[in-house]
Amino acid sequence: MPQIVENAFGYVGRATLSLLKDLHKIAVLINEVFYWTIISPLKGKPPKFRSTVSEMVKTGYESVLVVVVIAFFVGAILALQSAYQLKKFGAMIYVADLVGVAITRELGPIITAIIIAGRSGSAFAAEIGSMRAQEEVDALVSMGIHPVRFLVVPKLIALMVMQPALTTFFDIVGMFGGYTLAITLLDVNSASYINETIKALQVKDLFTGLVKAWAFGVVITITGAYQGFQVNAGAEEVGRRTTASVVTSIFLVIVFDLFFTALFYYFT
Amino acid sequence: MENAIEVKDLVTFYGERQILKGISFAIPSGTTTVIVGGSGCGKTTLLKHLIGLLRPASGSIHIHGNDIAAMNDVSLDEYRKKMGVLFQGAALLNSMTLAENVALPLKEHTKLKESVIDIIVRMKLDLVGLSGFGEFYPAQLSGGMKKRAGIARAMAMDPGVLYFDEPSAGLDPVTAAGLDELILRLHRVFKMTVVVVTHELPSIFTIADYVVMLDKGDVAFVGKLEDFKLSEKPIVRTFLERRPEEEVYSPDNYFKIITGA
Repeated sequence: MPQIVENAFGYVGRATLSLLKDLHKIAVLINEVFYWTIISPLKGKPPKFRSTVSEMVKTGYESVLVVVVIAFFVGAILALQSAYQLKKFGAMIYVADLVGVAITRELGPIITAIIIAGRSGSAFAAEIGSMRAQEEVDALVSMGIHPVRFLVVPKLIALMVMQPALTTFFDIVGMFGGYTLAITLLDVNSASYINETIKALQVKDLFTGLVKAWAFGVVITITGAYQGFQVNAGAEEVGRRTTASVVTSIFLVIVFDLFFTALFYYFT
Repeated sequence: MENAIEVKDLVTFYGERQILKGISFAIPSGTTTVIVGGSGCGKTTLLKHLIGLLRPASGSIHIHGNDIAAMNDVSLDEYRKKMGVLFQGAALLNSMTLAENVALPLKEHTKLKESVIDIIVRMKLDLVGLSGFGEFYPAQLSGGMKKRAGIARAMAMDPGVLYFDEPSAGLDPVTAAGLDELILRLHRVFKMTVVVVTHELPSIFTIADYVVMLDKGDVAFVGKLEDFKLSEKPIVRTFLERRPEEEVYSPDNYFKIITGA
């Protein structure tokens, strides 16, 4: 067989094997996370309350400012962009519909997820990665403390609560941003903008957005934790895995977004 | 004398490479045993097996009669509660104070009251000469102090077996000697089985009762320190007399190495 064909087969084979190995590791991690979050509390080993609260403060409370500022700007930008088209038809009042629906159904969950992937997902990977590099994870295991229960479960619960909470903030402030711009620059009447928003929004818009946010929280935590646990040694690897965690989280968030959007499109 | 640790036909692979080639030895209860050997001989891998961080490809590891190689995760965690480990870099959790580090296993595994845990933590820190340092973070301490704190944490659950991974690595000779003294004192007072992985000759002569020597994944020597010192085996003499080991190449091999063929 010519060398080049052999090399090509070899490459495909090695890539497949390494992919299967990675998938196996991810499956093991998800299994452990599932066990320590849901099964073990039923057996009388509840998650660590204090670390969970502390993670909530770090991932949620400390992200409020950045989420709120970005939400306001995104709302304003969205209002301007939609006005650019709608004014041709003299339908400026529909800016309210567009801003309200786009933010609650789509932009709120996804932009908040991207912010949190960059802020907290990277922090998870860096924290667990440097603990791996300095044998701290091995030390936990040697003390009979499961690293997933000790390190990952508090982060997971924190993000499962905080991701929808931050998304709610984003929704409210984002719509306020659109409203502020519409009543100042676009000369839309304040009361009719509010009325139009209320008319356009349905409970299911808010609900589907928050379900997405919850799922994104899970995706970001597991991706960050997975990348962190893959570190073997060295600061350079911690950096590389941190970057990988952000890129992978954002990619997976968008994949899951497509999945949920399709699901809600057909089933709500 | 009863054996604390019995290893039989232990085999380990890292990928394709065989690290431990079916080693067998026993460590008597209540002794301080050093595991020695040159770099890359498999001694850290062996330690990882003894503390249950690695599963062997085959073979058994009986510790106080129980085979930890065949245990499920739950029993392994039970075993881990009864042992203590000092890692090479001490591996204290950097986000916690020394007192919180020492208290961690107690909080996780016992139902003791906070006030009782506080007292135990102070006792353990005093034991290693770190009274008054409870509120310090690991980053604020010197290398030697970190290792002492690591010992205090390893001792928190009053273990039956205490493992040390290269305790004198990265320390100046005076601090290293102080650490050796501490290991001796703990062993004398608590009568536990101590296993130390090291390659420092002064340490070996100070602390060891018993020696296990590894060479390229095989056991080269097992026995008392006195016998180790008197052994005529070439590999033991090379180690004790600190003779550099020259790698022997045949002209053909050497040619292959430099041409990269």
